[in-house]
Amino acid sequence: MATAQENTRPGTAVGPLVVPTPTGKRRRRSSARPIWMEEPGPLMKAAKFLALAFITIIMLFPLVYVVAVSFSSAKDVLGGGLILFPRNPTLESYEAVLRGGVVSRALIVSVLVTLIGTAAQMVFTTTLAYGLSRPTVWGSKVVLFVVLGALIFYPGLLPMYLLVKELGMLNTYQSLIIPGLISAWNLIIVRNFFMNIPQELTDAARIDGASDPQVFFRIMLPLSKAVLAVIALFYGVGLWNAWFNAFLYLSDNTMWPIQNVLRTYVTQGISVAAAESFAPGQAPPPAQSIQMAVVVLGTLPILLVYPFLQRYFTKGVLTGSIKG
Amino acid sequence: MATLRLGKGAERRSAGGRPSLATRIWRDRWMYAFILPGFIYFIVFVYVPFLFNIIAWKDYSIFQGVRASPWVGWENFERLLTDQDFHRALTNTIQIEALQLIFAFPAPLALALLLHSIISDRVKRGVQSIVYLPHFLSWVIVIALWQQTFGGAGFINQLLANQGFDRINIMGNPDFFKPLVVLQSIWKEIGWGTIIFLAALTRIDTQLYEAAVIDGANGRRRLLDVTLPGIMGIIILLLILRMGSMFSTGFEQYFLQRNAVGPEAAEVIDTYVYYSAFQGGDWSFSATVGLVRGAVAAIMILGANWLARKITGEGLF
Repeated sequence: MATAQENTRPGTAVGPLVVPTPTGKRRRRSSARPIWMEEPGPLMKAAKFLALAFITIIMLFPLVYVVAVSFSSAKDVLGGGLILFPRNPTLESYEAVLRGGVVSRALIVSVLVTLIGTAAQMVFTTTLAYGLSRPTVWGSKVVLFVVLGALIFYPGLLPMYLLVKELGMLNTYQSLIIPGLISAWNLIIVRNFFMNIPQELTDAARIDGASDPQVFFRIMLPLSKAVLAVIALFYGVGLWNAWFNAFLYLSDNTMWPIQNVLRTYVTQGISVAAAESFAPGQAPPPAQSIQMAVVVLGTLPILLVYPFLQRYFTKGVLTGSIKG
Repeated sequence: MATLRLGKGAERRSAGGRPSLATRIWRDRWMYAFILPGFIYFIVFVYVPFLFNIIAWKDYSIFQGVRASPWVGWENFERLLTDQDFHRALTNTIQIEALQLIFAFPAPLALALLLHSIISDRVKRGVQSIVYLPHFLSWVIVIALWQQTFGGAGFINQLLANQGFDRINIMGNPDFFKPLVVLQSIWKEIGWGTIIFLAALTRIDTQLYEAAVIDGANGRRRLLDVTLPGIMGIIILLLILRMGSMFSTGFEQYFLQRNAVGPEAAEVIDTYVYYSAFQGGDWSFSATVGLVRGAVAAIMILGANWLARKITGEGLF
């Protein structure tokens, strides 16, 4: 294995990346106007500025508003005034929903389903991708076509429900993870990446007596860390955001993840306040603030990983999902 | 270029005589171990469910189970031609998808062109970061955000009420539903498309612009003669693929808002399948609708891919 390990130094060239992530070498584009381009007139400049300002505000406003309300005190919210930033910032609403009621439990469910689910998805995606990465394996082409079929054929909502029911997975947490265990897209991205890892590395390892599993664990996985991180983020965001499977398969709503709780309490207008227990002898925070706190909590993990998502995908979006 | 590279690398062991099949299988036994779990997953969760579509030819009752329910032949398929609720769902689907195609598809292109004309890199990147964010939010969150902004007790209505105007019900009005979902789609997905188009725009050779300027082309001419032809390939590709996935998108968005405005305006095929089975108890007909929808979607995806390949030389597979 010595050779293999020597060759797995970071920076070893790995073919054309499927999801190119030039994190280190940010290309410095000059912000200078090319000489051939004429300077736009002041009217044009103003129009462009207004258009961009308008778009930015439209995109950000709902988020800012919701965050502001979630931190606002009862007096400000019930006073009916407009809230763009909390005048008397308070954590009341967050304390109320994180005290251990419905929302707290849903958050724990979501975190666990996301973590365990992503781990399971990564295991099954990488193993299958590796298995399919060597076309000389007899029959692997057939398996590949079976996988590709998933991109084209969708069995339908009712058949999926009936299958999950037949498998006895209704009202289990498995039903949130297993039916969507492997995304054919992600599988193909990982497989392409594995196939682009130079043959010499794996051949050298084999000459040293490494078995296929050893090649997988010591060469393929370490060399694919970047792409695997991207895929894991993809899966994680998907699981965190998912709600329909829980809606369909879990009739026991005490098992619901946060998105479903959010749907019930916010978009269906059912008061979350009624479902939470509040400290006795104290006026509960306003229902609207509590709802907004739930929205913020449901969004927070996405906001936390957003910088990574953005960095990886701005370049990789096209090459990764369309070409490859 | 193609997503799949079937057979490439097959030459790696071509030297010498070919080992027997049994030898090859034994040699790759570990690879089969790697393949097996994922293969089972795809068979069980993508192909086995198709078997349950058999209820489309039955009068399925959830109490009797699939096997015991009586056969009814093609009755459910014939009903497709006459069922009013299904036709309403079909009409709504086509109307919404047409609006999405006309308004939501070009929106990112317009934003990309605007951003491309901005010189400052910092502004460009800043705006991109902001418009790209909603793509990663769940539909539940997006609807919640919209409700808080446009809904009955939301910001806009608060503003109107404070100024002494009547409140207007934007989120719950069936007449507003179709334009509203298009606006929501634009809000959520404009960043995604913008980034794709911008990537294509930055790939246009700047020498083309220089040559055009030397030939006396003004900004408008450069847009029409250099910029748009330069990204026409990707526009066509995305357009065709968008049409291919026509019946496969938007389910969560429509489902989440269906009850607020009622089925008259908001019932689409996918929501119809859910409601007519789970609330109407009409499982067999719903499965029929789902089956036909799946078949149409598969044909459209394959057709769109074929068309994209023919026109642009590139497809998804």
